[in-house]
Amino acid sequence: MNGPALETERLRKRFGSKLAVADLSLTVGRGEVFGFLGPNGAGKTTSLKMLLGLIAPSAGRGRLLGRPIGDRAARAKVGFLPEHFRFQDWLSGRELLHFHGRMFGLGGAALERRASELLARVDLLDAAHRPIREYSKGMMQRAGLAQALLNHPEIVFLDEPTSGLDPLGRRLVRDIIRELRGQGVTVFLNSHLLGEVEATCDRVAFVKQGRVVHELRLGDAPAGLEVELRVAGLSEAGFAALAGHGSDLVREGEVARLRVESEDALPAIAATVVAAGGRLYRMTPRARSLEDLFLEVMGQDQRPG
Amino acid sequence: MIALRSLWTLTHLTLHEAARRRVLLAALIGGLAFLALYAIGLHFVVRESGKHIGTNLVERQITLNVLTLAGLYVVHFLTLMSAVLLPVDTLSGEITSGVIQTVASKPVRRSTIVLGKWLAYALVTSAYLLLMAAGVVLVSRGIGHFSPRGVDRGVPLMALSALVMMTLSIAGGTRLATVTNGILAFGLYGVAFIGGWVDQIGAMTHNQAAVNVGTIASLILPSEAMWQLASWHMQPPIMRDLQLTPFSPASVPSTAMVGWAAGYVAVVLLIGLRQFSRRPL
Repeated sequence: MNGPALETERLRKRFGSKLAVADLSLTVGRGEVFGFLGPNGAGKTTSLKMLLGLIAPSAGRGRLLGRPIGDRAARAKVGFLPEHFRFQDWLSGRELLHFHGRMFGLGGAALERRASELLARVDLLDAAHRPIREYSKGMMQRAGLAQALLNHPEIVFLDEPTSGLDPLGRRLVRDIIRELRGQGVTVFLNSHLLGEVEATCDRVAFVKQGRVVHELRLGDAPAGLEVELRVAGLSEAGFAALAGHGSDLVREGEVARLRVESEDALPAIAATVVAAGGRLYRMTPRARSLEDLFLEVMGQDQRPG
Repeated sequence: MIALRSLWTLTHLTLHEAARRRVLLAALIGGLAFLALYAIGLHFVVRESGKHIGTNLVERQITLNVLTLAGLYVVHFLTLMSAVLLPVDTLSGEITSGVIQTVASKPVRRSTIVLGKWLAYALVTSAYLLLMAAGVVLVSRGIGHFSPRGVDRGVPLMALSALVMMTLSIAGGTRLATVTNGILAFGLYGVAFIGGWVDQIGAMTHNQAAVNVGTIASLILPSEAMWQLASWHMQPPIMRDLQLTPFSPASVPSTAMVGWAAGYVAVVLLIGLRQFSRRPL
C-alpha cells in the first residue's frame, strides 16, 4: 500500500495522424477521489483506457497500484465502469455479476454473497432475475457499477458514471463514491458533469487536448468568491478603491461584480463603498462554481463538443 | 488455475450466446429440412431402382454411395457456412459495442478471451457437423440399407475443414469489421473451391500448370482439399479408380495436406491471438 495509487509520466497516444493524448502526467494518491475533467474530445476516455491497459500508449509510462500499467496482477484490484456499459443482454442482472465475478477469479458462496450485497446496494435486488435487456438505461448503469465493485477494488475507474441516471440514481452514485472514500478506495472519476464532481471529488485535474492544464484541490474554497453589489452614486474614485479589494471588476450600470479571495474581504468592501459616498442596496457573495472555473480554464476558444 | 477457470467461463458464456443465435437456429432448421428432403429423395430412388431389371448390385451400391456423398457434401457446405457465420461477429461485434472493454479490463489475458470463444465455436461447429453427418448416414442406412465406408476417416477431415473456416472467421474478427471479415472468409473459400476444380481438370487432362494452380489454392485455404480427401476415403476403390462421379477425385490431396490444414488452424489462431493482444479496444 505504499506509493500513489496511480502515476503517469508523459503518457501519449497517437492514432494515425491524430494526437488523442499529448502529454499526460498526473499522480493520484491512495484513497483520493480524483476528478478528471475536460470537454468532449479532450482525450479523457483514451487516457482512461491507457491506464486500464485497453490501449497501449505511444510513449510515456505509468504505474497503477505500484505495477506498470496494463499489468494483469494490478487489474485484479481495479474496478472499471465504462462510459456506456453494455453486456450480453440476455443475461439476468445476477448472471451478469456472476460472469464478471468469475473473471476476477471469484466463485462459490463468496461470489454469491458479494453479488447479492451489491445488487442490494445499487437497488437492483428485485430486478436481479430479469434479463438486462429489460433494464432501463439507469438500471444498466447501476448494474455496471456493481460489476466494477465485485472484487473489492483498491481503485475504481468510473467513466461518466451518472450519464443516463435520474436524480435518484445520481445520488446513489454519489453516496457510493463517498462510501468508497470512507473505505480508503481510490476513485478516478471521468466526468463533465461539474456539479457531480464538485460534490464528490477531493481534487480535480482539467484536461485539454490530452494535457493537464490545471489542477485544483476542492476542499480549500477552490475558486474564490464573486461578490455582486448594487450600488448607486459611487464616484469613479470610489470604483477604483473598490477594485483594489479584489480583481476582475465588472460594471453593468448600478451592478458591479468583483472577485475576492475570501469572505473576509466583505466588511472592508462595504466600508469602502460607504466611505466613498455610495449607497449600497445589496451585496451578495457567491462561491464561484467549478463550471465558472472550467470555462475560464478551457478558454473561450472551446466549442461545444 | 485461474486462467483455466477464466477460459472455461468465457467458453461457457460463448456457448450460451451461440445457442441463442438465430444463425444457429437457421442452420439447424435448414439442416433438418435438408435431411428430410434427402430422406424423401432417397426413398424414391430406392423404390425406382428396384423396378429396373438391368440394375445389378454394383450399380445400386454406386448409386447409393454417390447419393450419400452428395448428402455429405451438402452437410460439409452447410457446416462451413455455419463455421464462418456463427462466430463472424463474436469479436468484432463486441469491440464495436464496447462489451469487450469490461472483459478485457479484468485480470484475464487477451489470448484467453480469443481462445475461450474459439473453443466454444469449435464445439458448436463439430457438434453441428456430427449431427448432420449422422443424419445423412442414418437415412442412407435406414432407407437405402447402405452403409458408406470410411466415415470414421471422412468426418474428422470434414471437421478439420470446418475448423479451418471457423478459425479464419474468429481470427479475422480480431482485426476486421464483421462484414469485411465474412466477405474475406467466403472469398477465400471461393478461391479454394475453384482451385479444387482446376486441380481436378488439370489432373484429368494432364495439365501440370493447372494442377499447380489447384495446389496453390489448396495451400491458401485447405478446406476443399480436406473435402476431396474425405470423399476419397468414403467410397470404394472401384469408384475412385473409374472416376465415374464428381466425388471421385482425379487427383487426391496428399496426407501432407492434412498436416498443412492442422498447421493452418494453429498458425491462423496464433496470428489472431497476436492481433487481438495488440489491438486498441
